[in-house]
Amino acid sequence: MAIANYLYLSAILFTIGAVGVVIRRNAIVVFMCIELMLNAANLAFVTFARINGNLQGQVVAFFTMVVAACEVVVGLAIIVTIYRSRRSISVDDASLLKR
Amino acid sequence: MQTSANLVWLIALPLFSSAILLLAGKRANSWGHVMATIVSASAFTIGFVEFIAMQSRADENRAVAQKLFTWISVGSFNVDASLLLDQLSICFVLLITGVGTLIHIYSIAYMSHDLDRRRFFAYLNLFIAAMLLLVLGDSYLNLYVGWEGVGLASYLLIGFWNQKPAYATAAKKAFVANRVGDVGLSLAIMIAFATFGDVSFAGIKEHVEHASSTQLTAIGLMLLLAACGKSAQFPLQSWLGDAMAGPTPVSALIHAATMVTAGVYLITRSNFIFDEAPIAQLMVLIVGGITLLFGAIIGTAKDDIKKALAASTMSQIGYMILATGLGPIGYAFAIMHLLTHGFFKASMFLGAGSVMHGMKDEVNMRKYGGIGKFMPITALTFGLGYLAIIGVPPFAGFYSKDKIIETAFNAGGMKGLALGIATLLGAMITAFYMTRVVILTFFGNERWGHKDEPHESPALMLIPIGLLSIGSIASGFILSKGEGLVHWLEPVVNPLKEHHDEFLPPIVVSLMTLTVVAIGILIAVSKYRGDQLAQAPENVSVLTKAARRDLFQDDLNESVFMHPGQTLVRNILNIDYLVLDGLVRAVGSVSLTAGSRLRSLQNGYVRSYALLMIIGALALIAAIWVVTA
Repeated sequence: MAIANYLYLSAILFTIGAVGVVIRRNAIVVFMCIELMLNAANLAFVTFARINGNLQGQVVAFFTMVVAACEVVVGLAIIVTIYRSRRSISVDDASLLKR
Repeated sequence: MQTSANLVWLIALPLFSSAILLLAGKRANSWGHVMATIVSASAFTIGFVEFIAMQSRADENRAVAQKLFTWISVGSFNVDASLLLDQLSICFVLLITGVGTLIHIYSIAYMSHDLDRRRFFAYLNLFIAAMLLLVLGDSYLNLYVGWEGVGLASYLLIGFWNQKPAYATAAKKAFVANRVGDVGLSLAIMIAFATFGDVSFAGIKEHVEHASSTQLTAIGLMLLLAACGKSAQFPLQSWLGDAMAGPTPVSALIHAATMVTAGVYLITRSNFIFDEAPIAQLMVLIVGGITLLFGAIIGTAKDDIKKALAASTMSQIGYMILATGLGPIGYAFAIMHLLTHGFFKASMFLGAGSVMHGMKDEVNMRKYGGIGKFMPITALTFGLGYLAIIGVPPFAGFYSKDKIIETAFNAGGMKGLALGIATLLGAMITAFYMTRVVILTFFGNERWGHKDEPHESPALMLIPIGLLSIGSIASGFILSKGEGLVHWLEPVVNPLKEHHDEFLPPIVVSLMTLTVVAIGILIAVSKYRGDQLAQAPENVSVLTKAARRDLFQDDLNESVFMHPGQTLVRNILNIDYLVLDGLVRAVGSVSLTAGSRLRSLQNGYVRSYALLMIIGALALIAAIWVVTA
């Protein structure tokens, strides 16, 4: 199997994620789409590591995972807080910084 | 040259006093007028002491100087703030402080009901200081400071009752007309600096032969313009009549005795320039001749006693200016007439003020009549001033005006004849309008139309008038005795440098003058004898109508200068509004529009931001692709 297929997959996953971020209103779904994009990027990193035969891409993938974990913590906390105050998790409802 | 440390106090005292009065505010209300009067009297004392000291010295050592400080020092150009008291300036110092002090005393009573008397005295002292600086400055630049100072004081005092819009306008008019003259003076200083590299009187006098006649003519004409502005000479004379809006003591001091004669001083002081610039001198003669007739004609038609006197002032200064244009011999006679005029005109103005004081500030002579028997002292002193101005011997005006007429005839040729006839004609008209003023005011039927009889003014007002009357009786005789003033001024103006043949013997000129004066009096007596109406007649000749309108000078100024000026300003304003402001406003509205368009992108929807980011990222990738491929 050609190694380029991994890159195609990565591109497809990223595109799905990006489209999801743009068209979905539900904050949780948007969030998952962002995760999808991050993982697509991870896949690309790992693939490139394999192509180039060094470990740098894999190291970056680890960093990405750590950042994604932190992001999930903060992001979910924000979503929960917004839901508590607005009774909605639609990102369009949160278009103002004030209430 | 000798130095004296006293000169600065002449200026400093009234200047400080003025500052104190203005800064102390209401606290000074009770004693301000007394201090101002004492200060003015002290200045007179200093001047008098200097005069005595000067007399005791030999001719060539009489001038004293005092350097105050180095004012401007740029490369080789140095101007010191220095004072120079010579034979010419001492005449002015004594006139300014002497008449000034008397008018201060008069004003204490005249302004006693005015709430702003303190401010009035502050301005009077400011005027004294500025006028002394004008006559004491030893360079054109120092003179210019005083020149502007008296202009300011004049403006402040004309508009002293500026709660009346007409008076405020009169002040503004005087200021603007003076400004035209001031442009002349500043140009004269600039040309002098460009020509001589120096602006001091002594420096220019020394190097005057190195200058071309064109340069001297230019300086002379510009100085004449300055003199016209300050001394209300044709064509800048229109402000003087309106300047009568100021309180009467101001009219007496500034607009009769001293400030308006500054132009005569300027020309006399610049004699070394005018003597070398015949064209400028001829223009001086023409201006003087026109104004002396112009003022006299206006004087015949004015019903406002102060405006009639103002027109007379204009005409008398015309005599002085004409005399200064007659060359070396004329300067001394101009100064002599200036001094005698200072006495008799101030006394008549103060007399007019006294009449107004007794007549509830009525100025219309048609509503006077028969005041003589109610105000005998005022009538007597006014009468003495009257005899002096029309030139009846042995009163002051006879000596000074006769000399001018005589010198005018002696100028020789057609010029002498024309000038002589103009001055004679002026003397006749002067006799006519002054007789008219006296008859309408002090004789005839009572026309004031109310029961209250006029009352004589308090002693504080009558004493200064009396002292000035003594001046108008005696000053002419004293000054001309043994050609005293002529010899006195010789070192400054070199009057005997050339000698004219006598066109007519002096006695003939005197007889001619007295004859035309008598004719003028007779015409006036026959015209204004008997009962008069309280209204000015309407069906009068065209000439009278013209004279009532100041010979259309205001109309001319308004149609030639003011209205086009206003149109120009309006158009410039429109250009400013449409073009310049338009550009600025365009920048503003473009920013606003762009801002409001761009603002719609900042809608707060996270998804649209994300979309924009994606589009941006794609665009970036595409760009890199295009560049690298």
